[in-house]
Amino acid sequence: MNRYPLWKYIVVAVSLVIGLVYTLPNFYGESPAVQVSAAKPALKVDVSTLAVVEGALNGAKIPFQRSQLDSNSIKVRFADSDTQLKAKTVLEEQLGSDYVVALNLLTRSPGWLSALHALPMYLGLDLRGGVHFLLQVDMKAATDKAIDRYASDVRGTLREQKIQYLSVARQGEVVEVKFSDAAERDKAKDELSRKEGDLLLKDEQRGTDLYLVATMRPEAHKRRQELDVKQNLTTLRNRVNELGVSEPIIQQQGEDRIVVQLPGVQDTGRAKQILGRTATLELRMADFSDTEIAAATQGQIPLGAELLKERNGQPVLVRKNVVLTGEYITDASPGFDEHGRSAVHMTLDGRGARIFQQLTRENIGKRMAILLIEKGQAEVVTAPVIQTEIPGGRVQITGMSNSVEANDVALLLRAGALAAPMEIIEERTVGPSLGADNIDRGFHSTWIGFTGIALFMIFYYRMFGLIASFALGVNVLFLVALLSMLQATLTLPGIAGIALTVGMAIDANVLIFERIREELRNGTSPQAAIHAGFDRAWDTIFDSNITTLIAGFFLFWLGSGPVRGFAVVLCLGILTSMFSAVTVSRAVVNLSYGRMKRIEKLSIG
Amino acid sequence: MEFFRIKHDIPFMKYATVTTIVSAVTFVLAIFFLATKGLNLGVDFTGGTVVEVRYAQTADIQKIREHLMAQGFHDASVQNFGTSRDVLVRLPVKAGVTSAKLSEDVMAKLKQQTPDVTLQRVEFVGPQVGQELLYDGSLALLAVSLGIMIYLALRFEWRFSVAAIIANMHDVVIILGFFAFFQWEFSLTVLAGVLAILGYSVNESVVVFDRIRENFRKMRKASVPEIIDNAITRTMSRTIITHAMTETMVLSMLFFGGEPLFYFALALTIGIVFGIYSSVLVASPIVMWLGVSREDFVRTEKKQEAEMLP
Repeated sequence: MNRYPLWKYIVVAVSLVIGLVYTLPNFYGESPAVQVSAAKPALKVDVSTLAVVEGALNGAKIPFQRSQLDSNSIKVRFADSDTQLKAKTVLEEQLGSDYVVALNLLTRSPGWLSALHALPMYLGLDLRGGVHFLLQVDMKAATDKAIDRYASDVRGTLREQKIQYLSVARQGEVVEVKFSDAAERDKAKDELSRKEGDLLLKDEQRGTDLYLVATMRPEAHKRRQELDVKQNLTTLRNRVNELGVSEPIIQQQGEDRIVVQLPGVQDTGRAKQILGRTATLELRMADFSDTEIAAATQGQIPLGAELLKERNGQPVLVRKNVVLTGEYITDASPGFDEHGRSAVHMTLDGRGARIFQQLTRENIGKRMAILLIEKGQAEVVTAPVIQTEIPGGRVQITGMSNSVEANDVALLLRAGALAAPMEIIEERTVGPSLGADNIDRGFHSTWIGFTGIALFMIFYYRMFGLIASFALGVNVLFLVALLSMLQATLTLPGIAGIALTVGMAIDANVLIFERIREELRNGTSPQAAIHAGFDRAWDTIFDSNITTLIAGFFLFWLGSGPVRGFAVVLCLGILTSMFSAVTVSRAVVNLSYGRMKRIEKLSIG
Repeated sequence: MEFFRIKHDIPFMKYATVTTIVSAVTFVLAIFFLATKGLNLGVDFTGGTVVEVRYAQTADIQKIREHLMAQGFHDASVQNFGTSRDVLVRLPVKAGVTSAKLSEDVMAKLKQQTPDVTLQRVEFVGPQVGQELLYDGSLALLAVSLGIMIYLALRFEWRFSVAAIIANMHDVVIILGFFAFFQWEFSLTVLAGVLAILGYSVNESVVVFDRIRENFRKMRKASVPEIIDNAITRTMSRTIITHAMTETMVLSMLFFGGEPLFYFALALTIGIVFGIYSSVLVASPIVMWLGVSREDFVRTEKKQEAEMLP
């Protein structure tokens, strides 16, 4: 009666093997490494980059252990962190600002484990150290900016069409245009509804004054907000690249919040500064001849000009006088011109369009430059030659070598600056030594508790206690394997969750063993007692675990950060414990007792 | 080896009035302290800034406090944290002043006084976030209670569900009462512990209720109190051993888990101790007083049989 069919033993054995394999990577430890990735989407990390990296390290006589090329980065391992730091400095010098060189820790587990996607558990910031920021995007400011822009567009359109109006004014979230004549107002309404699809127009009369009131359509408002948050995300990603963080997390949370997690970053001041920086775009004239540029590279820079470099390294001589700033750019997207060449389509708002039209009319055939100014340093994004007069604010920029570069330029035009201001509303920073302490203390207390429980169980239930302790160990094994497989974030409360599930999982075995003893006391034969113990206790075990599972589920749903880590571990632990405490321990009991014909006495204390 | 070989059932239900009064008094006291002293909510819920730093030598708290005062941080609270070298600086939320930059300013001032101080941890929670966490936490508590109640009502019957939830809410209130009385810091992690213990100690009631139900079917001649006494006595061994095992783990966290897990483990300890008491000596009397009878189970059994017929 206490025999499992073969397949059940096989299931137990296979799950044990899988558990062991996926737990294994956690024992190998980590070696210091340097990770090289491209700083710009246009650049790719490939075999040639790998050759450059290896060449640079060999040239500087820095010994490295293993270098590998992933889909988008190169990782090189070193024996110790001193070498790692030296290598970082060398690589930064060699590769320049096009690549991000970040410090990282990589698992030492052998290649065949990594090939099975068996990775160590993913540690949360409270265990590995790092910074967590929650940023609130100021939607009110973004809306204000958008409405200001609409007001100026409306003004521009009316002027362009020579429609008579008295005033255009912004009142809170609406733009009011005052007219003296109803016919003019109708004309304006026609014109504006054609040109400004995002605006909802309404006639109003106050006393003798005639008004046209424009509000933003709700769907346009919503789209605007979504775009603003997206743009902020892109900008943040670009900026985080600069910090050289190996595995940053930048995610939208809710409608108007962004989470930034930077593992390993200690200098929070610098991180805050870079995240909160404001970059600006500028459009300036670059109308100099080649001889003048050649002279400038020799040091003869004309008055009111400065020598800058294009992204491909080409020198450009640019006037200091700013014609247009990035505030006038409403959109930029990559595409193609009429000849099928890569191009960027840039849209300017009303005022920008007028300035640009005048500029292009007066400077046909001359070169202009679009610059990205960050930290007081200017970089030329692109320097096209003006072909014709451009009205209407729709600008096509050609001269990109391929679509990847066009994409890159469009991104810079769009995301060079933040769309809306942001504020840090939550920060959690944990130093690396505290993180290591937390790991030590967490695991220390788990093992001490585990040992205490195992000793008591063996003392109290003898052979069965030993089996229960084995099942408990298997439970931890399964839990760690699952956490490694899912790459769920392990936090300090998560470790506490492992400990707690171990302390609670033993309940199942105690229930079963107490039942077996009770059956034996009532005079049941040992085999029948084992059978009844396992069978009858199952209902109770299931019931009692469900309630804890309910608590874990809501905690996961409503909790945040580390508490969520606790909830995940709690839920997983309950599930694994039902398997290990019932199925695995029964398999062992069946193997040791089930085959015996006659048992005189059970070793159950 | 067996600690609890009890020959005769212990007449728990005879003392039901006494045990219930004891727990009612504890409960009222807990409410009293919650109302008068209130919970010492951590930075997670109130918002504010916490900076944990480590000094190379023993830190002079008084001097650090004076230095920060002199630098304009008048409402900074400075205290030791764990060891004599670890110091915790807390700054409450102040309209207009509180920002993510505050922690840097504090750190700069501390470095000015003692250059060898290192930053261990910063927590800055904006007032808005704090309120959201408090709201979500309360919602979680409510949702867990309701969820468990609904499950028990489906699994047993409404009297058990009501009794179990009263017993366990009483545990939660008592844990909170302890935190209010001693003014221990109530953080997000402690809340997680409270919720986990809520799910855990309901187990206890479930085990006893399972036996009560079984006894109603088996012990045809026994009275209701006898049935409950027998159920409690027979599950007692398991109850005590299981809780002792869980408590072994929790104590291990309490003593070896360090400062971050201390209050979490403390909440669990109180929860486990009162959990045994309440689910056995509070929940069962309530079930009895709510008028549970054999017919409740015999009827359901018949109904089940009827349903099983084709």
